[in-house]
Amino acid sequence: MSEAVPPVLSVRPSRALVDEKFSVQVENLPPGCPVTVRSLFQSEDKDFWEAYGHYVSDHRGTVSVSEDVSVGGTYTGKEQMGLIWSMRPVPGSREGLRLRKRDMCTPMLVTISVHRGHQGFRDQTALASALVERWYMAPGVQRIEVREKGVRGTLFLPPGPGPFPALLDLWGGGGGLQEYRAALLASRGFGALALEYLKADDSKPIAMDGKYFETAFEIIKGHPQVAPDRVGIIGLCFGTLVTLSLAAEYPTIKPRCIVCISNVHHKSTKNTVSEFPEEVPEKFETVSAMKNVLVWRDMGLAVLQMPHPKIPVGNIDCPMLLINGTDDQNWPTVEVASDIIKMMRETGKDSLVTRVDYPDAGHLIEPPFSPHFRATNFMLSGTRKKVMMLWGGKTKPHADAQEDSWRRILSFLQLHLCGDPSLNAKL
Amino acid sequence: MDNRLSRVKLSVHPSRALVDEKFVILVQNVPPGSPMTLHALHGSEDGHSWEACGHYVADSSGNINAAVDCSVGGSYFGVEPMGLLWSLKPVPGSKPGLRMRKKDVQTPMVVTISVFNGHHSEAFVDQVPLASWVVERWYMAPGVRRIPVTEQQLTGTLFLPPGPGPFPGLLDLWGGGGQLMEYRSALLASHGIASLALDYLTNEFTTRTGKMVDNQYFETAYRVLQQHPQVLGSRIAMLGLSLGSVFTLKMAIYSPVVKLRCAICISGSHIQPVSGGPQEMMDLFTSNIEKINFSEQNEMIWRGVLLPLPSDPSLKADVGRLRCPLLLLVGEDDQNWCTQESAADMKQMMAKAGNDHLLTLLSYPETGHLIEPPYTPHTPSSMYRGAGVGQKTMVLWGGKTPEHSAAQEDSWRKILTFLKKNLYGGSDPQAIHPSHL
Repeated sequence: MSEAVPPVLSVRPSRALVDEKFSVQVENLPPGCPVTVRSLFQSEDKDFWEAYGHYVSDHRGTVSVSEDVSVGGTYTGKEQMGLIWSMRPVPGSREGLRLRKRDMCTPMLVTISVHRGHQGFRDQTALASALVERWYMAPGVQRIEVREKGVRGTLFLPPGPGPFPALLDLWGGGGGLQEYRAALLASRGFGALALEYLKADDSKPIAMDGKYFETAFEIIKGHPQVAPDRVGIIGLCFGTLVTLSLAAEYPTIKPRCIVCISNVHHKSTKNTVSEFPEEVPEKFETVSAMKNVLVWRDMGLAVLQMPHPKIPVGNIDCPMLLINGTDDQNWPTVEVASDIIKMMRETGKDSLVTRVDYPDAGHLIEPPFSPHFRATNFMLSGTRKKVMMLWGGKTKPHADAQEDSWRRILSFLQLHLCGDPSLNAKL
Repeated sequence: MDNRLSRVKLSVHPSRALVDEKFVILVQNVPPGSPMTLHALHGSEDGHSWEACGHYVADSSGNINAAVDCSVGGSYFGVEPMGLLWSLKPVPGSKPGLRMRKKDVQTPMVVTISVFNGHHSEAFVDQVPLASWVVERWYMAPGVRRIPVTEQQLTGTLFLPPGPGPFPGLLDLWGGGGQLMEYRSALLASHGIASLALDYLTNEFTTRTGKMVDNQYFETAYRVLQQHPQVLGSRIAMLGLSLGSVFTLKMAIYSPVVKLRCAICISGSHIQPVSGGPQEMMDLFTSNIEKINFSEQNEMIWRGVLLPLPSDPSLKADVGRLRCPLLLLVGEDDQNWCTQESAADMKQMMAKAGNDHLLTLLSYPETGHLIEPPYTPHTPSSMYRGAGVGQKTMVLWGGKTPEHSAAQEDSWRKILTFLKKNLYGGSDPQAIHPSHL
């Protein structure tokens, strides 16, 4: 008698960029067999993250994650990429974790496995498993450390001779040098300079004033493989404040287009970008029902009612894409977007704006298919106090927002950075 | 640069894939109707450059899609999504008789795909492309484990698929050139089969003692595979190319130890001293060496060496006694072995014995001896040294590149289907044992 063959699990493709989908298939199960398909990933910080869906095999003994419905787990329904976007730290993990890859030259390694049963599936060895690689960098993408003229960042360029359209890539108040979005943009054909302008672990920001950003912009434009008239800016959260300021207040910086995710447009009262994080003071601190979790949304709403100086966005002359989530608990970004459009209407420039508000998405709208973080550990720059910050968002709508917004961003950049001015049109 | 051409965009998807997976090459934003050349460049492990090109004309939307558009010139013609890989040839000025075989399967083959303005077939190094992309082609899927096997005087490498297993197994034999070639086994493991690549000609024992191994060597390898905790001992296949097929048949038919679920013979023959091993097989070749012919380019043609088909039954494996399914792959332009004649004779023997229902014979026109996994270059002839022979000579393998490449693609798919059916099939899915140890 021959031995039975265990179920066979396959994931295609087994190597892909992080914004690409994969198909998970399990074959050779008994028909009508309840199984759990699970993903497991160990971060660079050594924490374990997982997601799982409960399935029942069909009459052929097959489960197809992209076609079948998950009836329970960290995601339900027909969700091809649920095994990635619904990941969360395994039970027993430290609190408030966030997943952000630091080393761009290696992939995320995710183990996908299939287990017998639904409840208590973790108690048994997997029936089968496969390993997938998720990359931020496509083969041939160049990673160039930039340390010149006082500017600190990393430039990513697509493979090939160029010249390429390019972007200045700005993250938010958490600071540090986050390379992953820039690496992915280069893998999609856009040069991108990820810029460090706030140190994550230092009380003093690197950036003293707009000169820092002007220099960074010039470095991009001046690179022999960048098309100097095709440079834009992409920013998230505090990065959108910088983006809007550069586009509105610095005549030497003329981005061809800008992308603002999770919009912020209030200046610090001292009128330089560097003090704004310190400006967000404890006296506006709102703490949610969850213990020690900061909710800055209400503070932002209060600031919106005040005659607080704002970036004169009416001066902006280039196409703008505004992306926000309606469940943003960190800042009232949807209300800010409305205010930005109102200000641009006053100067007749509102036709330049494309706006997308994602229902139930939170603050951290990142490239797909990364997990959603409703609240994570955060260090306030200035006081260096460690807090738990509420970002907001419900997992499934937030994941949908990440997938849709990334596609829109790439399409917007393709049109405005790669297309000709005569073809410029509102999306 | 012409401004109209500065926005040309090239993408190849997927950029990282297994060697047997297809990709799609897209060129966009080209002036409609313009002639463009797609070019592939690869630097092999042994330091040679290989290139290929296809000539295309952009459509009215300014796009070229190599998966659906026709190449009208270059190193391949017609609708050939993978033409840039299978038509790779050494660049002009290279040493003659090169063959591309990856030795290090833990790193990918890296190929640069570029698009050039106009139709060109040469001097690419002097021009700047409009755009380039880089692709990685892997023999090993992520998680596949590579395990050197040196126990019991074996020289081999075992590739295990990712996961707990256990997995069906396969013994993988190459031909008379010897060496430990891992790439086919690595690829099979990437498809869920625990595959042991075995060196039986230039293995450590033979290199040290000067003596060839005997048939027990194959039985030992089979046992090692069978007893591995992550291999299903009752679901083992054997695959041999060229000389490897001789021992595949020998084990399948005569060995009391080896019990195969199925066997695959590529470019092989049943002509062999039935009771002998590798040494006796080599002696058979040596004693017929005067039958070697030469082509007009002075390439050695070995296909007549084992002809005419012997009538002596001690010189033919008795395929009428086979008890497992056999997949036979034959290139009709094989200039190295008389595979067509052998296959016809095997078919006749099996019909006579009443076991021809076990035989699947795939015969490919204009296809040569070296039928390998798909989308890698076809080698019509190369500098070759048989194991134990002093120097390399130019040997004619046969085959015309387009037809041979199509045969590689078709046969690989059929090999995988055959293995899947015979290694996975016949199981009772209700019986998932809690432990397979």
